[in-house]
Amino acid sequence: MHEPHEAGGILSKYLLTLYVTGTSPRAQIAISNLERICQQELQGQYELEIIDVLEHPQRAEDEKILATPTLIKQLPPPLRRVIGDLSDKAKVLLGLEVRPQPAGSTTRPSAT
Amino acid sequence: MSPNTNKKAGSRSIKTGNKTIGRTSAETSAALTTTETGSKKMSVEKLRTGISSLDIIAKGGLPKTRTTLISGTAGSGKTVFGIHFLAAGIELGEPGVFVTFEESVSDVKKNMHSFGWDLAKWEKEGMLAFVDASPDPHIDTMEAGGFDLGALVARIENAVKKVKATRVTVDSLGAVFSQFSDQSMVRGELFRIASALKLMGVTAVLTAERTDDHGPVARFGVEEFIADNVMILRNALEDETRRRTIEILKFRGCDHQKGEYPFTIVPHGGVIVIPLSAMQLSMKSSDVRISSGNLALDEMTGGGFFRDSVTLLSGATGTGKTLTVAQFLQGGTEAGEKCLLLAFEESRDQLVRNAKGWGFDFEKMEEKGLLRVVCDYPDVQGLEDWLVTIQSIINDFRPQRVALDSLSALENVGTVKAFREFVIGLTSFIKHQEITGMFTSTTGSLMGGDSITESHISTLTDSIILLRYVEMFGDMKRGLTVLKMRGSWHDKAIREFTIDKGGMQMGRPFRNVTGILSGSPVHVSPADIERVWRQFDSDVGDRRQVDKPSRS
Repeated sequence: MHEPHEAGGILSKYLLTLYVTGTSPRAQIAISNLERICQQELQGQYELEIIDVLEHPQRAEDEKILATPTLIKQLPPPLRRVIGDLSDKAKVLLGLEVRPQPAGSTTRPSAT
Repeated sequence: MSPNTNKKAGSRSIKTGNKTIGRTSAETSAALTTTETGSKKMSVEKLRTGISSLDIIAKGGLPKTRTTLISGTAGSGKTVFGIHFLAAGIELGEPGVFVTFEESVSDVKKNMHSFGWDLAKWEKEGMLAFVDASPDPHIDTMEAGGFDLGALVARIENAVKKVKATRVTVDSLGAVFSQFSDQSMVRGELFRIASALKLMGVTAVLTAERTDDHGPVARFGVEEFIADNVMILRNALEDETRRRTIEILKFRGCDHQKGEYPFTIVPHGGVIVIPLSAMQLSMKSSDVRISSGNLALDEMTGGGFFRDSVTLLSGATGTGKTLTVAQFLQGGTEAGEKCLLLAFEESRDQLVRNAKGWGFDFEKMEEKGLLRVVCDYPDVQGLEDWLVTIQSIINDFRPQRVALDSLSALENVGTVKAFREFVIGLTSFIKHQEITGMFTSTTGSLMGGDSITESHISTLTDSIILLRYVEMFGDMKRGLTVLKMRGSWHDKAIREFTIDKGGMQMGRPFRNVTGILSGSPVHVSPADIERVWRQFDSDVGDRRQVDKPSRS
């Protein structure tokens, strides 16, 4: 019912978690891909947590993660998962339900 | 304790390979290494699974710290096998990990409860850990770029560490393929999981589907990279009955029994393999005689049956098979022995009533705890299940005598092969327990002839007693002869017997009839007989002695 909207902000904050395996090249690629997408499309309205499954296997167990890298969008709902190194930007945005829009215009999660 | 030592032993023989892309950390790169069998250890150590029957055909158990592929069609019992492997380990104090790609953890727990395995309890006690990799229909997943199953490997490693597991079951490999679009990636990653399992020093069972009972080992070609050991479960349809068999296709570097072995899956028992060859080898032999319950029959058999022998009683319907069985049981209870009667032809009430007519009180014997009568329709379960049921009844009641009336009733339950295996299994089992057995078999024709049962099992039994109708001048008389008795002298004459309130009354031999067994008795004049006997004069004395009626 009460969606946490930031005071004065029109954007819902994106809560993202990225699960990676160690510091592998694939993990690095995924992290840099994700940071770039977030900066370009989410205008900094996001919180990103990166979890190394080798250090925190129990978190992977709790979330039933099989593949790495796995990106989970917890907020705004619905919950979405994108697996892979996130090199396919269009698919990442589709998965996160973010419509790529020209800079300046409002980015909102698509209506559900 | 043991995983650590295993790891150490293993790491010496590891050769690092660098084949797969997407290698990440030190831990996962270790998981990708290929192992070579240590050359200094000549034989592969085996892990006693705790499934006793499986350990027999696997000659000691599954190869330790290796992966074994269990391949089978849908419904062949792969998951049950995988869980039983863990359950048996937990009962031996070896913790395990169950990785499920197919059923959800709660489903697995529920389904396995009927086997008496309380997975939830073991999980609480820290003896069992689950890695739930089953597909979740509520989670929408999209693929964007290359990925690997590093998280899964980490989770398995975590679970193994958490419970200090020595056994891991992965069920089933095929289901992983359906969760991801990139099949070659999955194949590579499964290889990685298999190698990781080896490195962890666990003995693993991986299940895989196959489409056909006699086709390629498994779908998706998974056997190619984890094929150290392959076992195949079959659930073939033969003559409208399902017959489960287990076959060890290969055990790299160690010995196992070859060929298909029937097995069954029973509630509160799980997988039970019926190892035929192993049972026959370990049979003992006894020269203690026991009474057949009939003095005349005891004399005809040279003093009674051997303690651990099995006697086949063959005759047409109404020749007195059940009577001979009742007598056998009476003889047992009189000697204070426990007797078990497995009756597949008559109901309990009928049996009790008929026995009363011959002067045997079954109810009283049961009250004393010396007799147990088990009556059931033969068709209620398959022959493998019957064998397991009978074995468990015997283990429970511990009888000294077992009578089965009749084998012919069980003959139609399964295929000829299954029936033969049943008889072999039962015969060797009761001999092994030093139980005296008596099986009856009904012949098809009234006069003479033999039944399919006999031709299949006569070599398996120690003694054969024939009960036959003999037609004499318009009268049906009953004849009995001891056809074979291993390791003992026995009367070769065909004797007439009558049935009255006191049971079986043995009479004189049929002296002037020939051709009884062939079913066409021919009467011979006494003069002819004299003439024939004179030709073997040296024998005549002996013969006469023996032929004297034993009861006068």
